Amino acid sequence: MKKFLERNHIMVLILLGLFLLWELACTWSQVPSYVLPKPSKIFLTLGQNLGPLLEHSWVTLLESFIGILISVALAIFLALFMDLNQTLRQTLHSLLVISQCIPSLVLAPLLMIWLGFGMAPKIVVVVLMCFYPITVNFAEGLQKLSQDSLDLLHSFGASQLQIYRVAKIPAAIPYLFSGLRVAATYSISAAVIGEWLSSQAGLGYYMIRVSNTYQLDKVFACLFLIIFWSLVMNGLVALMRLLWEPGLGYIARSRHRREAKALGLNSSPKP
Amino acid sequence: MSNALASKSSAQNLTPAKHLAQVEVRDLSIAYDGEVILKDLSFDLAAQEFVAIIGPSGVGKSTLLKILASILPLEAGHVRFEGEDYSRHKSAFAYMPQSDLLFPWMTVYDNVRLYDQLHPGQKGHSKEEILKLLQRFGLDGYEFALVDTLSGGMRQRAAFLRTLLCPAQVFLLDEPFAALDVITRNRMQEWLLGLRQELQRSIIMVTHDLEEAILLADRILVLEGRPAHFVSSYSIPTPPDQRSRDWLFSQSELKRQLYQKLAENNYFKA
Repeated sequence: MKKFLERNHIMVLILLGLFLLWELACTWSQVPSYVLPKPSKIFLTLGQNLGPLLEHSWVTLLESFIGILISVALAIFLALFMDLNQTLRQTLHSLLVISQCIPSLVLAPLLMIWLGFGMAPKIVVVVLMCFYPITVNFAEGLQKLSQDSLDLLHSFGASQLQIYRVAKIPAAIPYLFSGLRVAATYSISAAVIGEWLSSQAGLGYYMIRVSNTYQLDKVFACLFLIIFWSLVMNGLVALMRLLWEPGLGYIARSRHRREAKALGLNSSPKP
Repeated sequence: MSNALASKSSAQNLTPAKHLAQVEVRDLSIAYDGEVILKDLSFDLAAQEFVAIIGPSGVGKSTLLKILASILPLEAGHVRFEGEDYSRHKSAFAYMPQSDLLFPWMTVYDNVRLYDQLHPGQKGHSKEEILKLLQRFGLDGYEFALVDTLSGGMRQRAAFLRTLLCPAQVFLLDEPFAALDVITRNRMQEWLLGLRQELQRSIIMVTHDLEEAILLADRILVLEGRPAHFVSSYSIPTPPDQRSRDWLFSQSELKRQLYQKLAENNYFKA
């Protein structure tokens, strides 16, 4: 926490300043709270309604999580497929760009008709919004290995599968994480969009319900929670990267330490 | 040691004196976008011989090595390894480019045993063997460090060890030390000179560093012109273990001749 404040003190100050300004502006201008509630009121409402808000959060989080998992699987498959040859790459890339031009807000009612009122259409919206950044980043990462490195692997008699396993995929994993970080941040908003149109639970459902009755403090409380969960998703991916990044991640480093120890060596380089 | 001066021979006499050729290159030519880059190159390489090919940048030195390494196709001519077509002995040649190409996500240990990693079914090298070699290559203490903690010279030595730990008999070194600073480069040259006896490999090295060629090689071939061909060949009779940087100063006459050869072939007019 101290480290976080040291690194982000300006950002924290700006945020606090903005909230203060907002609070003061509402107090002085006497804006009714059904137009713009004060931040103090919003946080109060957030605290008072934490029970139902968290219950709805689990639904949204579950949809996001399943959506992200499907997105990652789809993205890895597509990116590897794109890597096979130049024609495939260009064709698929164009198709992916087109797919991103479809507005999810327009698509959501159609998905509801096709897939019903359950979780499925929300998950599809999450996948539609999240698989693209992962695919594009991972596909780019797979291209990062230099021709010289590929020549080296070929001259060492590496099979195509080995080239992916030993070199191409490890080189691309940091890119996968970059894409995943963007996607994970989007995923909560995507699930909420899905819920806006038809649902019986979830933060999006709650938001629509309270905004229909002009309880703007609850709408904002919901909004803050969506921001919070998006940040949590973002942080989870950052954490995963710290754990699993090839070579640099915690897991790889502790394996190196173990191997070094097994051979009676000091793994850390001399100063 | 004035009699240690190179015996100059004509461009046609490119065969090593007493050994049987391990690699024979005959009439090797290659064109690129319709322009002939290399024309009718022929030379022999004896087992455990060290041949340096010098020539200006862009003359096609790397292209020649890449053909021998089967990275580029052989368009015309023959290459034979121990009497057989070289395509049947692809693993006999190992190409080592200027950049070390170490994988940043692997430890030094994993990087140098890349060949064994790719061929788990083969016998490979034991841990003890590899650790001993890492020590011999001045990489002890860094065995399980990631390669980005290494200096330029250490990285190049690690790349060299990676090549040494594959079954190739012929090393194709493409300006291996060109990316290093002068002091490190000199040290690496001396290191390689000291290692030559142990290596038990044949080496073809391309370089545009004349001193590097004189210090390390048994024979120097000068590649020049467009299309490029061998314009001359020099043998260096002093055995490697009697060479040193001081010895190099006594080779000024050879150096002068090499400069002259390159100069009359437009080396400095580019």
